[in-house]
Amino acid sequence: MSDESMHSALVGPGSDWWKPAGRQEKIWVTVSFIWCIFMFAAMPFWHFKGGQNPSGTRGKVDPMAFYARTQKFIEDYSVGTDQGIPVVEPPAGSEVYLLGQMWMWSPVLKLKKGVEYTIHLSSLDLNHGFGLFPVNINIQVVPGYDYALKMTPTEAGEFKIICNEFCGIGHHLMIGKIIVED
Amino acid sequence: MKDAISQFAARCRSCPITGLKIDPTASILLRLHAVVSVVCLLIGGIAALLLVLTRWEAVHLLDATWYYRLLTAHGLNMLIFFIIFFEMAVLYFAGPIVLSSRLPAPKLGWLAFVLMVVGTLIVEYYVFAGKADVTFSSYPPLKAAPNYYLGIIFFAVGALIVSLQFVATLVIAKKEGAYTGSMPLVTFGGLTAAIIAVITLLHGALIYIPTYLWSLGLMNVDPQIYRLLFWGLGHSSQQINVAAMVSIWYLLAGLTVGGVVLNEKVSRTAFFLYILFISMASAHHLLVDPGMGPAWKVWNTSYAMYLAVLASMIHGFTVPAGIEMGQRLRGYTNGIFEWLRKAPWSDPGFSGLMISLVIFGFLGGITGVVIGTEQINIIVHNTLRVPGHFHTTVVGGTALSFMAVTYYLLPLIFRKQIRMYPLAKAQPYIFGIGITVMSVAMTFMGVFGVPRRHYDSSFSNALFTADFNPVVYVLQAIFGIGGILAFLGLLIYVLIAVASVFFGRRFDPANPEASAGHVPPGVIKLPKQAHEGGERVAKLHKTGTPGTVVLVIIFFVCFVLYYFVNWKSLAFIWKIG
Repeated sequence: MSDESMHSALVGPGSDWWKPAGRQEKIWVTVSFIWCIFMFAAMPFWHFKGGQNPSGTRGKVDPMAFYARTQKFIEDYSVGTDQGIPVVEPPAGSEVYLLGQMWMWSPVLKLKKGVEYTIHLSSLDLNHGFGLFPVNINIQVVPGYDYALKMTPTEAGEFKIICNEFCGIGHHLMIGKIIVED
Repeated sequence: MKDAISQFAARCRSCPITGLKIDPTASILLRLHAVVSVVCLLIGGIAALLLVLTRWEAVHLLDATWYYRLLTAHGLNMLIFFIIFFEMAVLYFAGPIVLSSRLPAPKLGWLAFVLMVVGTLIVEYYVFAGKADVTFSSYPPLKAAPNYYLGIIFFAVGALIVSLQFVATLVIAKKEGAYTGSMPLVTFGGLTAAIIAVITLLHGALIYIPTYLWSLGLMNVDPQIYRLLFWGLGHSSQQINVAAMVSIWYLLAGLTVGGVVLNEKVSRTAFFLYILFISMASAHHLLVDPGMGPAWKVWNTSYAMYLAVLASMIHGFTVPAGIEMGQRLRGYTNGIFEWLRKAPWSDPGFSGLMISLVIFGFLGGITGVVIGTEQINIIVHNTLRVPGHFHTTVVGGTALSFMAVTYYLLPLIFRKQIRMYPLAKAQPYIFGIGITVMSVAMTFMGVFGVPRRHYDSSFSNALFTADFNPVVYVLQAIFGIGGILAFLGLLIYVLIAVASVFFGRRFDPANPEASAGHVPPGVIKLPKQAHEGGERVAKLHKTGTPGTVVLVIIFFVCFVLYYFVNWKSLAFIWKIG
């Protein structure tokens, strides 16, 4: 810093204000910038080294076609019903279809712990939100888009799918289930 | 042109305290925008209280229909109407008033105001009549009555006119010699806000006009494209808030303690970074969306390598450092923290500024960057952590800074003493503590997987239930108490503002001492705004701002810790990719 005058932000600085910053400001800007670059690099890093990325494979899909695909999936691997919703046990490692609609998730899924599934998410009508409880995995479900994410359950138990995107007056009734067995 | 200038000279009045010349139309428009803004704040605030008392399951006040309806009303009144009306008032202050310039087109100003009010009334009607239960974001194919979208368009066009008129004011003020050299930093920040407003409102036009046509059945709107463009409006408008808030921080620092601008280059570059990287703001709302790939998400959510975050981190240093230097110039030079200990904590302009700064930086800023990380967003998206975050930026940060500056605008612009001034001294603390308690409780509930925008977390009539950790019910009570406290703070603010504007005693700027005890101290004796270079100033330059250095080190440690804690908890969940 120089020994020049000082003024508040209400006072014009004149015409010549492109002056070197003080030492403390310079250090803070440098530290902040390095931190910003570090945070930026952390995201691609996690794509290579981390186990949780929202990448998936993504594509457009006609909602009726996705509905039909889900129905076929249910017919192929249905093992019963739970509260009137079909329960489906797909083969290990297979393609799994989960449909959101006002106001239910179908089917109920029965998965094996430690096995990787490709879970296709889409909606028949409005935006919905896939919120896996209590794991806390949250994915946006958009009508007209197929979001296929590879998921590997790492624990056995009963999990719920809470809809976390507002989808009309019955939104808070929309809850589904995933059962994971050892 | 000459005529207009001489007419202005004849019409305007001069403020004996700040020495600024005040254009009468700009002054009236400023006041009208501020008054409407406060009315919208009250509507949004009452809605907020009812929402809090509903999500607190032990009370569960509203039925589902009214919960979602008031959720819509709350979002619109707070995030759009209250905040943008106030920002338009800030633009009238930062432009014609700070520059002592005339308004280039007063009639256009009136037209803009009428458009904004009509737009607001249309939207309010359709929301409260139950014809637009679509929440703030109104994601298609969820549909409101067509006129709802039309109301938003009216409002946006009005705001666009005010922003453009602000820019025009800068041009004529320079041309007519209202100021020489560069504009003051407060105005530069206002210009940043105005430019971002124009970018934002263009996004708004890009999305609301097609959506309006879609609601009439005239075209299709892709739900994913809507989400992309909507957040180009919805989040960029938060960047208007940030730019306006930071300008107010600088303004209040000057008015309350004679805070200085340590380096114009650094502060202005930081504002400029906001403008450059703002249009990427959509991305962090779409991190777990199916429409975009990882490269797009990583690049955009970081605003091209976090350069807008860098800007906020810079202001986070320069604002408190400017305050510290202002205090040191006033003689509080002992030790590292005398400037902070002997600061005017009972001046609501100052306490509001500082609480806003701390809440925005420590809570809002840190959580925002962390939850906006591509992968970490998986454990955050659409949980209560999201509103927990933005209530610390836009409410604890922006709204509180607007409240704080009101205590200076009332005497300086409205020429009114502040009614119930002792209560005003406590108001920023009540509001700040309430919002902090509420937001922290929301954040922790989100960690337990509690969704946002959700009527019934007990799932009483649903097919299955989610058995939340019992801690959630304790957190709901804390959330409720924080929310009630914040509402009280808001109510006190509205009461003081309304009572002062309509029933306040006149503040005589020629004799400010007569209003002692009824206006903030900075109004009675404005701290020195400019200091000549000399031995004393040179010495202070050399010391710099050691107190602020300590504060930013604490901030940085909190930031880094929170960042890694979140990566760690992400690593515990299922494998997903």
